[in-house]
Amino acid sequence: AENEPSWETPCSELLVYVSTPGCDGFPSLDSKESYKLSVSNGSMLLSAETVWGALRGLETFSQLIGRDENGTYYINETEIVDFPRFPHRGLLLDTSRHYLPLRAILETLDVMAYNKFNVFHWHIVDDPSFPYESSTFPELSKQGAFNAMTHVYTASDVRTVIEHARLRGIRVIAEFDTPGHTLSWGPGAPGLLTPCYMGKAPSGVYGPINPIVNSTYQFVTSLFQEVSTVFPDFFLHLGGDEVDFTCWKSNPEISAFMKEMGFGEDYKKLESFYIQRLLHIVSSLGKGYIVWQEVFDNDVKLRPDTIIHVWKEDFMQYLNEMANVTRAGYRALLSAPWYLNRISYGQDWIAAYKVEPLNFAGSPEQKALVMGGEACMWGEYVDVTNLTPRLW
Amino acid sequence: RYYEYMFGHSWRRTWGRRPLAARAEPELFQLQVVIEAGDPGCDRHPHLASSEAYHLTVTEPVAVLKAYEVWGALRGLETFSQLVHEDDYGSFLVNESEINDFPRFAHRGVLLDTSRHYLPLKSILTNLDAMAFNKFNVLHWHIVDDQSFPYQSIYFPELSDKGAYSSNLIYTPTDVRLVIEYARLRGIRVIPEFDTPGHTQSWGKGQKDLLTPCYNGGQLTGSFGPVNPVWNTTYDFMTKFFKEISSVFPDEFIHLGGDEVDFSCWKSNPEVKEFMKKQRFGTDYAKLESYYVQNIVDIVSSYNKGQMVWQEVFDHKAQLKPDTVVQVWKASNYAHELSSVTGAGFTTVLSAPWYLDYISYGQDWKKYYSVEPLNFPGSEKQKKLVIGGEACLWGEFVDATNLTPRLWPRASAVGERLWSSSNVTNLEDAYKRLTNHRCRML
Repeated sequence: AENEPSWETPCSELLVYVSTPGCDGFPSLDSKESYKLSVSNGSMLLSAETVWGALRGLETFSQLIGRDENGTYYINETEIVDFPRFPHRGLLLDTSRHYLPLRAILETLDVMAYNKFNVFHWHIVDDPSFPYESSTFPELSKQGAFNAMTHVYTASDVRTVIEHARLRGIRVIAEFDTPGHTLSWGPGAPGLLTPCYMGKAPSGVYGPINPIVNSTYQFVTSLFQEVSTVFPDFFLHLGGDEVDFTCWKSNPEISAFMKEMGFGEDYKKLESFYIQRLLHIVSSLGKGYIVWQEVFDNDVKLRPDTIIHVWKEDFMQYLNEMANVTRAGYRALLSAPWYLNRISYGQDWIAAYKVEPLNFAGSPEQKALVMGGEACMWGEYVDVTNLTPRLW
Repeated sequence: RYYEYMFGHSWRRTWGRRPLAARAEPELFQLQVVIEAGDPGCDRHPHLASSEAYHLTVTEPVAVLKAYEVWGALRGLETFSQLVHEDDYGSFLVNESEINDFPRFAHRGVLLDTSRHYLPLKSILTNLDAMAFNKFNVLHWHIVDDQSFPYQSIYFPELSDKGAYSSNLIYTPTDVRLVIEYARLRGIRVIPEFDTPGHTQSWGKGQKDLLTPCYNGGQLTGSFGPVNPVWNTTYDFMTKFFKEISSVFPDEFIHLGGDEVDFSCWKSNPEVKEFMKKQRFGTDYAKLESYYVQNIVDIVSSYNKGQMVWQEVFDHKAQLKPDTVVQVWKASNYAHELSSVTGAGFTTVLSAPWYLDYISYGQDWKKYYSVEPLNFPGSEKQKKLVIGGEACLWGEFVDATNLTPRLWPRASAVGERLWSSSNVTNLEDAYKRLTNHRCRML
């Protein structure tokens, strides 16, 4: 028949050449993920500087393979030089609003690899539950998990996730969000959260982490000491979003502290006070950090290598925020237009696709500070029964 | 299967633990099921007038489930299975209870669309299970449409040969029989919808000269519009086709569709224009649509089947049989439509507020739950004509990979609205029960 492809000699081997593999290491923000793929007359060659690039090239190669009606596998003659535009291409999963069994996380990592994602942002704990089994503070998950036997991530589980990710060139960045979003920490760490007051007496309800007591900082130091060892990536996500000041305002000891410190009525200064100490603790542990945008918006004094995570989506203001963050000299990550948990009818992938992260007024140097972005799948309405079709 | 539902999914067994407790007293030994009618209906198919009422008495040592027909017994069995719960020690418990229950509405349906995306048999059967957990009793099978024709017809095999997405994405006669029987065993009627004259692009692939050829400036464009209402061959085809459908699907009703007919192709076609003149329809193409629908109604009636139609058929004033069921689906001002339809004396099924394919962020089950179908201006007599409703899951963005989590448990809100009394409206209470029910369904 006409139009029959001229089959060349069958290729039986894909040669992979990697100059400085780093197979036993972990991927990082600076990892080189470029690769070259050459497919021609009987020879297929994938070359990359690092193993991470080779992984990306392998994924591409696997996508180029077709199968005809006779069952023959074929591949077109190809010449590809490829590299990512952004070095931080992440996905956020929330395992606090709903526990996600290990297999759901591992399956998600697989699909991330199919899509060349390279960061798994593990929003592991939050208000509703604390599934992370801490060796330093076992009571946190014992009291804070939905079910301390069945809805926790053991040290072994966490190691499994990290290794499964590593083998796919995916960094695991854990987020222990404070001082807000910490209700589940309370039961396992008495004295950590701020007791809210109703008039003169405690109401029995708790608020964000108590920023005025030394015990808080001892706790935070110990916890992050552990977290820094457990999670090998250079970066930790420290959260810092949506801190509700009402409880702090109601607490007389905190009011006294505010007066003492000369903060007036500006509770953002109290939030900054906590965050600055937290950042200092985490830095001395040798880790870098990512924080949600409020930390920047509330004028906290930050180290120059902080990465600001832009997430607020009010009428396209996020581009302004990206401009402000980068103008101030900080690196930025974009998530605002990519909250995939906010489902809607129809082909909403189009709106996500059309986002241009650098569409803001700024110098080339500023734009170079945009490291990438993250698709977020918050868990309020998501568990293992609907995660995969909702996300992909 | 109810034994398995109640005792087979023990959470203790899931986690590898053996039951701990000794048998507790008092003990329930047996659930006796008594069906009172002379002909319980076990070998028949459920229908609109079937009795689904039941009386459940749970007391030691024997619980009794009484129903007039087997369909009520199925509903009662579902309720009983929901009353049985497991404690922390692995004992199965049930509270002493006295329940007298019956549905508010007789037609409680779910629409599945197997044309926009093919749904494998397994998906459909799993969905029938879920429907039974929620006391739904009608599967409205929107089986073919523009995009594909997966129904394998015996008289017209070319329809699916040429119209299905591919040769393995079809429903054979055996598949169809399986769905009907699986549904029957759960007290669920299967009402097939063969939507015409619009929504029929896929029919034209396997049946030449069925659809209207479109013209542009006197020239054939090569594209086709709705079924051609002016050719006799159309009605010859439909007569034979619906003969098959009438024998394949045992339910008394067939859904004829009749929605969203685009008149532009008819308007462009010279034969159609000529016909309009001869019939003195002027430029009112709704009259032509009604002419077509009336012919199909006559054909289907001759096979002793009742008809369901989408609201446009009524809106465009086609002459319908008095027992035609009009399905109200257009969201804007549907209360007004309910008034009109029932005001004209037709029975009606409500779907307008229950298009579950329209997903949105958050707890949208609440808005489905809050619908009150009889909230429209009308007499008591009119309100009696609302026989129920259907939750619709159109398939444009749905296939086997996401059907179950998209439809459930949101459809449960519709299920309760259609079964329970009109005063069962408390959202907080519903939330508590819905969260438990969801875990049970999983």
